[in-house]
Amino acid sequence: MAKVSLSRITTIRSDAIQRVLAFGSLVLMVIFFSIASENFLTIPNVNGILLAATVNGVLALGATFVIITGGIDLSVGTMMTVSAVATGIIITNWELPIWLGIIVGIITGTLGGAINGILIARLKIPPFIATLGTLYIAKGLALVASGLKPIYFNDTPRFNEIAMGTIIPVLEIPNIVLIFFFVSFLAHLLLTKTTFGRYTFALGSNEEAARLSGVNVDKWKIWVYVFGGATAGLAGVLISARLNSAQPSLGMGYELEAIAAVVIGGTSLRGGEGKIIGTVIGALVISVLTNGLRILSVPQEWQTVVTGAIVILAVYLDIVRRKREAVSSARQTSGEK
Amino acid sequence: MTGISKRYPGVLALDNANFDLKAGEVHALVGENGAGKSTMMKILSGIVTEDSGKILLEGKAIHLHGPRSAQELGISIIHQELNLMPDLTIAQNIFIGREPRRFKFILNDSGLVKEAEKLFAELHLNLDPNRKVEGLSVAQQQLVEIVKALSYNSRVLIMDEPTAALTSNEINELFRIIKGLRDKGVGIVHISHRLEELKQISDRITVMRDGKYVDTLDTKDATVDKIISLMVGRTIFQEAPHIPSTDNQPIVLEVKNLNNGRFVRNISFKLHKGEILGFAGLVGAGRTEVLRTIFGADKLISGEILVNGKSVKIQSPQDAVKHGLGYLSEDRKLLALALSLDIESNTVLGIFKRFARFGFTNSKKIQIAAEKQVKNLSIRTPSTKQKISNLSGGNQQKVAIGKWLTADSEIIIFDEPTRGIDVGAKSEIYKLMNDLIDQGKSIVMISSELPEILRMSHRIVVMCEGRITGEISNKNADQESIMALATMRA
Repeated sequence: MAKVSLSRITTIRSDAIQRVLAFGSLVLMVIFFSIASENFLTIPNVNGILLAATVNGVLALGATFVIITGGIDLSVGTMMTVSAVATGIIITNWELPIWLGIIVGIITGTLGGAINGILIARLKIPPFIATLGTLYIAKGLALVASGLKPIYFNDTPRFNEIAMGTIIPVLEIPNIVLIFFFVSFLAHLLLTKTTFGRYTFALGSNEEAARLSGVNVDKWKIWVYVFGGATAGLAGVLISARLNSAQPSLGMGYELEAIAAVVIGGTSLRGGEGKIIGTVIGALVISVLTNGLRILSVPQEWQTVVTGAIVILAVYLDIVRRKREAVSSARQTSGEK
Repeated sequence: MTGISKRYPGVLALDNANFDLKAGEVHALVGENGAGKSTMMKILSGIVTEDSGKILLEGKAIHLHGPRSAQELGISIIHQELNLMPDLTIAQNIFIGREPRRFKFILNDSGLVKEAEKLFAELHLNLDPNRKVEGLSVAQQQLVEIVKALSYNSRVLIMDEPTAALTSNEINELFRIIKGLRDKGVGIVHISHRLEELKQISDRITVMRDGKYVDTLDTKDATVDKIISLMVGRTIFQEAPHIPSTDNQPIVLEVKNLNNGRFVRNISFKLHKGEILGFAGLVGAGRTEVLRTIFGADKLISGEILVNGKSVKIQSPQDAVKHGLGYLSEDRKLLALALSLDIESNTVLGIFKRFARFGFTNSKKIQIAAEKQVKNLSIRTPSTKQKISNLSGGNQQKVAIGKWLTADSEIIIFDEPTRGIDVGAKSEIYKLMNDLIDQGKSIVMISSELPEILRMSHRIVVMCEGRITGEISNKNADQESIMALATMRA
């Protein structure tokens, strides 16, 4: 019996280690780069790091929900693009009010997410395939709708202000950073305090058990992808405000960076667990890494290589932890000996 | 429940079966594998729908559509495989789908924990509602399922083999809870293979056989012998042909003190050359696990395996094949054959190397090997290029056998060799097994069909709960003696 309680302690401990791991590595990176370069820990550079984390971070919020259900959404990058183009068409081409452009942008992403959800939950197409298909559809639509050309917001400077203006003059933190943190907080509440969040975990943990308990699993799965689409729509609005233009050729690759942020943050691709705070840290880790390596004049090609290695390391650590948990719980079940 | 029938493609799972349950009783439901107990209870809990028959709850006819509607009427089932969400806490699992809320969408988690604690207190349980289910023992998970079922105010609680995975202390605890519920007026259906245990806990016992209702006994009047004879019935089966003893033959496989988790406990047995050794027992007795461990498909924890008197290390199926072992798995489609490939590829699967030079396969040689087996085993197929998925079950089984013959296996393990194949193909497989032992091969056969075990085996090893509970020679074996050993708790 003593053995049983001992293994229980190890389980808890390895869980806690994983939780602080992402945060710990973020702190270590910041310390390392601060020592390596005096340009790193300056207000403009820190703001730059935060700024670079925002768009990916917002995409990763939706991706966190999807991945907790055990699914995947590859379409968020190009859904973001098509939403940005929609915003551009409303504000610049049709000269309608900015707020309408924002709403249409978010709705565009949300509709895309709804299509993903229906393909996956109702037509039972595997998420990987369904969202790979919608990735290309969204990419194509963005190019068609924009006529292959970027749409600029030069006549509406207030739109750019939404992202790059600052309502906290002291530290000059761009608004987009504040928006990111605020939306992250909302996502955190959604995941931990609502039925929607609870069923997100239930789906990823044991979908059949949830179904037998009377949970409408198809409905909630659709909502998860709708939420993923909504964050892609918001990311589209934010990126076009930040760049002061809607770039129709942008977007491919963002989905993978978002998934990377989620995974680095400790959310398991197996589903069933994950935290928004982890994802925020994951997005910051990627941003710090890219920024720090650039400051140290590491060529951009190598920055990409390092990001890839970090993703593999994060997933491997998750596998190691799971193995250890499986062993210790097996020991518990046969603990009678 | 009266006159319940249910037909699945090819099988009449329930044939005009009856069952009744009183409030405040524990009613045991027993029968051999495939007797229809589980189907009966799946119907009662709304998981499958009956083809015909009536279900009355407190005198009123009810119609169930789905597990939810049964739960709302107060009928809950606890499956043998537990259905919990490991990443959620105990309290979250109990109330999934009907969490206490504020304003429809906002969870009231403190209310959730309080509700759960209230339920635990009613049952005098000591569980932490905030613990994740992931780390719980099977017994604890079962308690969570029971609490969950009761939180629906269940008047009928069905438990399918609840004690199968529990230790004796845990069983006593479970029985204490069951008795408590019974005294509160809950009607409990207890499906179990452990007859001794049913004497302890149940008030009445209903026996089913071949999808039919046989009889209901008061537990106090029922003896284990009586129950067993009702379970196996007086089915006439063809007298087994005289099977000569092989005790004088050399031992080709010996297993000593094999251990591997709760399904493989201290297993020792010997297999003679030219012998068919039958492994009997109820589903979940650990027979497949034992043979999988010997074959290297599962890692063994301790024990020794001797092939032809020499101790061998088998760490993977590859090692096993090298030592002349072959394994025909229970589920051919899942494990033994590559369905989308043709007969040729399947015949040499795993031993491609012997048919290849520098990594390039010699398709002529493969074709010859496959054709040899097709002829040898009279596999009915237009050509050796035929896809496995286009063959009948019996012929698929033959291809799997041909694979091991091509690999020169001397010891072949048959796990439920005739499951899901028709009667004609069955007797062909039997003939083939007899041919194999005539050629000097040796066979271990796992089977849940007692007539099959009795007809084919030289000796019979009976397992229950991961242990060997007895060994009988064919001369002395009958259905009753095997059944008694198969339900014997160590």
